[in-house]
Amino acid sequence: MKTMIRSARGALLAVAALAVAAPALAAGEGPHIERQQWSFSGPFGSYDQAQLQRGFKVFKEVCASCHGAKFLAFRNLAEEGGPGFTEDQVKVIAAEYEVLKGPNDDGEMEALPAIPSDRFPSPFPNEQAARASNGGAYPPDFSTLAKARAVASGFPGFVFDIFTQYQEHGPDYIYNLLTGYEEPPEGVEVPEGQYYNPSFIAGKSLAMAPPLFEEAVEYTDGTPMTVEQYAHDVAAFMMWVAEPKLEERKNLGFRVMIFLVIFASLLYFTKKSVWRDVDH
Amino acid sequence: MAGHSNYVPQSAAAKWLESRLPVISLVRGSFVDFPTPKNLNYWWTFGGILFFVLIAQIVTGIVLVMHYTASTTAAFASVEHIMRDVNFGWLMRYLHANGASMFFIAVFIHMFRGMYYGSYKAPREISWILGVVIFLIMMATAFMGYVLPWGQMSFWGATVITNLFSALPLVGEPIVNWLWGGFAVDNPTLNRFFSLHYLLPFMIFGVVLLHVWAFHTSGNSNPTGINPKTKQDTIPFHPYYTVKDLFAIVVFMIFFAYFVFYIPNFLGHADNYIEANPLVTPAHIVPEWYFLPFYAILRAVPDKLGGVILMFGSIAVLFVLPWLDTSKVRSGTYRPLFKQFFWIFAAVCVGLGYLGAMPAEGIYVTLARILTAYYFAHFLIILPLLGFLEKPKALPASISEAVLAGSGGGQPAGAVSAPETK
Repeated sequence: MKTMIRSARGALLAVAALAVAAPALAAGEGPHIERQQWSFSGPFGSYDQAQLQRGFKVFKEVCASCHGAKFLAFRNLAEEGGPGFTEDQVKVIAAEYEVLKGPNDDGEMEALPAIPSDRFPSPFPNEQAARASNGGAYPPDFSTLAKARAVASGFPGFVFDIFTQYQEHGPDYIYNLLTGYEEPPEGVEVPEGQYYNPSFIAGKSLAMAPPLFEEAVEYTDGTPMTVEQYAHDVAAFMMWVAEPKLEERKNLGFRVMIFLVIFASLLYFTKKSVWRDVDH
Repeated sequence: MAGHSNYVPQSAAAKWLESRLPVISLVRGSFVDFPTPKNLNYWWTFGGILFFVLIAQIVTGIVLVMHYTASTTAAFASVEHIMRDVNFGWLMRYLHANGASMFFIAVFIHMFRGMYYGSYKAPREISWILGVVIFLIMMATAFMGYVLPWGQMSFWGATVITNLFSALPLVGEPIVNWLWGGFAVDNPTLNRFFSLHYLLPFMIFGVVLLHVWAFHTSGNSNPTGINPKTKQDTIPFHPYYTVKDLFAIVVFMIFFAYFVFYIPNFLGHADNYIEANPLVTPAHIVPEWYFLPFYAILRAVPDKLGGVILMFGSIAVLFVLPWLDTSKVRSGTYRPLFKQFFWIFAAVCVGLGYLGAMPAEGIYVTLARILTAYYFAHFLIILPLLGFLEKPKALPASISEAVLAGSGGGQPAGAVSAPETK
């Protein structure tokens, strides 16, 4: 038993050492981010299908005019652990988009309606075109964006993050950014073509104009059509786009954990029994 | 090794094989009948744990390579393809990415165990040195592996680290161009890193065999640091240590799985989910957590070449550790002063890791300089002097005596015996 306690102490030590060294704190200070409640946080978290469908609507009607999601295929919308559209719905959604295909037998490229296996076409043909239409700024692709933004928790916050399983830096940041636009305080100069937003990760203003307004996107299920609600929904949707296998991962994880704990207990008693006649 | 086995082949097939290739008695001598000190505590299970992690990394890596594309235009997309379209691809990738961190957690514990119990001392110097070689190859492998997803940190990490060689006088610039295969980190760099990342783990595997061969020749060290004297001091490796190591490996797997399934991106950097862009430099370029102590040493020196020399020196000093420690007593258990300096040293290493993650400015630089100086002082001043200044505690007569006195597991001599472990 004593050896067990000692190794437990060791494990704690390892965690502490690891935690202190973790790069999570690397970026130093950033904007203040108000953490939100998410259905997909924690060990049993899963996406809220209705929320993902609403978030997809916000993406489609607002964000997608500037932002792409090049690794997202239409078929993903019907896959398990996602927004839960039916395959027929996905066909209809895909057909609303055109993708350039070819060359055909005449050597021509054709713009054809998308099919479920196609990926979302980006709103601009290339980065230069995107910059030209957006005052020099490049609207980032949504495919991995919700995992690519993290305001550091700082010390000791990131140690607690291990135990609370906090992995929602991205959606929290997106929510705070989308709801963070405000009038610049007295004496703060906002450059031409920029919008003041203290939640922005790399400065105090950014080139994206406030994208969400009350009742900008119509919800038919009675969900309040507020900026906060839109921001929540689209952030959840972006998290799913970035981590579509989250539910599969947490489901499998739980089963693996149960197996390992039982296996470890059996091994512990086996070990005890094998060693019972040895002084050690 | 084989000499430890009393194996006599019984069946005709076994006799036929043994007389041509004595592989059965080799394996039995090394991992079945091998006499092992009976007092090894759980810190000794990290060798087995490391072997498991190495195999896990090789297996997941081989599967990932089946789906990965090494090209600057396709690497990032192929990793996302693995995450989205390949069956259990997300699992393979998260296992492999977190597995690297697990490898380093286990190897750091394994190394500190060796330092605490003096496992590097005669006659196990070669085993220790081979361990340091493994550690170096591991670092190179991990560094090159981190470049493969071709995210922002991959690209900029590769740029910063390869640029270190430009600090060398005269040959610096040509060496860097040679490493890159061009005049910047680009497609040739990615391709050669991929090739080497696949090669090096098998070299690690080879050196691991030598590492094990070496300490199987000298016999395992143990928490008391005294050699087994009678048959009562040792037990056969199987079943005693096979079951104990397996138990420890499964407990470690629980720790590993927690990261993979619940916080798979905790140990990574968010910027690596942004595709590499040579035109945009990230605000802070940080290496993976396991390099942070060395990164802190690198940045503590105002001169680039000096920083590079000290950084490599911090590992080079480990090669000569067996000769820097002048104490006749092997185990830290019986060295009251050494024990305190050991924990200070461990804290200094953690502190350096913390500073490596901080921006190189103000108080952080000053602290990094103090801790770097202490890091080297520990090896070059404290350890050599301690051997002469310290008065070690009395050593037990044998492992069995230490066990009976309740100190077989590395407890201070005279500790109350623990009936529940009997």
